[in-house]
Amino acid sequence: MREEVMFWTLGPVMVLASLTLLFARKAVHVAMGVVVVMIGLAVIYVAQDAPFLGVVQIVVYTGAVMMLFLFVLMLVGVDQRESLRETIRGQRVISILAAGGLAALLIGFLGKVVIDPAHVGGLTQANAAGNPQAIAGVMFGSFVLVMEALGVLLTIAAVGAIVLTFVPRMSPTLNQRTRSDARIQGGLDPVNKPMPGVYARHNALDTPALDPLGNPLEASISRVLRARKQELEVPGLPQAPEIEPPAFDGNEREGGTP
Amino acid sequence: MNPMNYVILATVLFSVGATAVLLRRNAIIAFMGIELMLNASNLLLVTFARVNGAIAGQVDAFAVLVVAAAEVVVGLAIIIALSRSRQNISLDEPSEMKG
Repeated sequence: MREEVMFWTLGPVMVLASLTLLFARKAVHVAMGVVVVMIGLAVIYVAQDAPFLGVVQIVVYTGAVMMLFLFVLMLVGVDQRESLRETIRGQRVISILAAGGLAALLIGFLGKVVIDPAHVGGLTQANAAGNPQAIAGVMFGSFVLVMEALGVLLTIAAVGAIVLTFVPRMSPTLNQRTRSDARIQGGLDPVNKPMPGVYARHNALDTPALDPLGNPLEASISRVLRARKQELEVPGLPQAPEIEPPAFDGNEREGGTP
Repeated sequence: MNPMNYVILATVLFSVGATAVLLRRNAIIAFMGIELMLNASNLLLVTFARVNGAIAGQVDAFAVLVVAAAEVVVGLAIIIALSRSRQNISLDEPSEMKG
């Protein structure tokens, strides 16, 4: 009875969450839906005498794989628009038909299978010493070679990922020394700009710094403050030039810039 | 409870994953469809391990899990390389591998 309640609550939730794969616009929402499906699967595993797999499902899938997906989404750019242009004509209709056909075929075929609930073996006997112990016994007993192959596969995958994402450095590293050298070579001011407020009566951002002779230094005030006429008036400092503010289009920031 | 319910659930999840792979153009979403299909098959393995009273089914499911993890790592690396080279991860764009 408890299992029925579990199944009929989790099952619809999982199917609904999996439908985000088809209908959600944003990839992040799809990832969240898939996370829900993974957690539901983990619960179902635990209910089906597989507590080890349930825990592994949460740790590996929801914990590692889906978070990896989210990281890659972050790297690639969350607001990647999906093009709705069809490159193959009628692809959408054909693929909906194919997928529906697959579902009909699988359900029609598997629906004919009859499992007598009275003859369900159950794993209480196999799990007598504990489920992880039972799995380990088979895994490191009969399937040692498979396990080692899987280990090699994981190593190869990790190395492959590093090779695929590796970008060789084309130019020498920029450090403080090279930056400073480049600045002097370019004839720019070799030192920092004077800080606002230095040697002045106020220590505020809008107060220009004074040189040793007491004259205000124009470069010490942020260009933005000057353009907004928010700097403190100091006698002797030339007025800020009139800067035309850029035309602000309300839609400009709507989709976010990539 | 009749284990056939789990089989039907796995079938539905597999079909949804397959549809997503066929329909979606975003490489990451299509990839998640593949993950869903692998998970559906895992659910079948676990269910039939219970029906048959054989723990080997769970070992198989674990192997599938490991292979899926390796596949995700390589696939996402390919997606990152793809987005680096063309600022776009639409599955329609790359045609170099066309036969």
